[in-house]
Amino acid sequence: MYINMNDFGASLFDELRRLEREMNTYGWPSPIRSAPRGEYPPINIGTHANRVDVYLFLPGVDASQLDINIQQNMLSIKGERRLIAEEGASYFRRERFDGAFRRVVNLPEDVDPEQVEALYKDGVLHIAIQRKEASKPRQIQVK
Amino acid sequence: MSNQETNPGQDSKARADQERTLRPAVDIFEDATGITVMADMPGVPKEKLDIQVDKDSLSIGGEILLEMPAEMEPVHADVRLTRYQRSFTLSRELDTDQVEANFKDGVLILRIPKAEAHQTRKIQVRAA
Repeated sequence: MYINMNDFGASLFDELRRLEREMNTYGWPSPIRSAPRGEYPPINIGTHANRVDVYLFLPGVDASQLDINIQQNMLSIKGERRLIAEEGASYFRRERFDGAFRRVVNLPEDVDPEQVEALYKDGVLHIAIQRKEASKPRQIQVK
Repeated sequence: MSNQETNPGQDSKARADQERTLRPAVDIFEDATGITVMADMPGVPKEKLDIQVDKDSLSIGGEILLEMPAEMEPVHADVRLTRYQRSFTLSRELDTDQVEANFKDGVLILRIPKAEAHQTRKIQVRAA
């Protein structure tokens, strides 16, 4: 019997990806508007005592056309990436994302929507949101 | 036109190496004069891009560098690896000495022309 190793490897990999998607890896309970894993663009989120950093892996877009909104602790990023198909060329592979996308990120409750910075570099959109002073851990002195 | 992705197959070390890298999404198309490969590798700065071409293989890769504050605690990660890697075998009619690369905003565009002798020529019929 002939088995294509490539297909086998790929299907095994997809299965792992599916399992990974089903396990929710958010650090806090899954918000009602959160998208399942494996959506476009991929997102990494990191927290820090005084800020939250969100990274969207979003290559080849015009950053000025992105619609980035923050409402209380909901951060939403909307945009589109349109690929122009080459006329008269024959395609062997078309894997790159083409179309509109939207991702909503549920941030910790203590973020300050007034203090947000976004930077687009090397195809990654980096959004840094400051956390409110009150929520930073305070050292308590014993008198 | 053989444009095969190389598969480490049974070689366990190669397989392990492959599992530790991200596979960049690619678009590949051919026209009369050559082949174009477009690959998404967000997070890779120009100096960390790694392209290797020889007579019969093409390998693209790069390392992700993100500016992160010290002591950041990851809470969610769709991207868990820091290296992109993907390889293809090339067929003989491609002129690998003439490869042109352009890399901007995480998108790599590679143009591999066909050797002159292999270019598809349109034959013009001259009016008598």
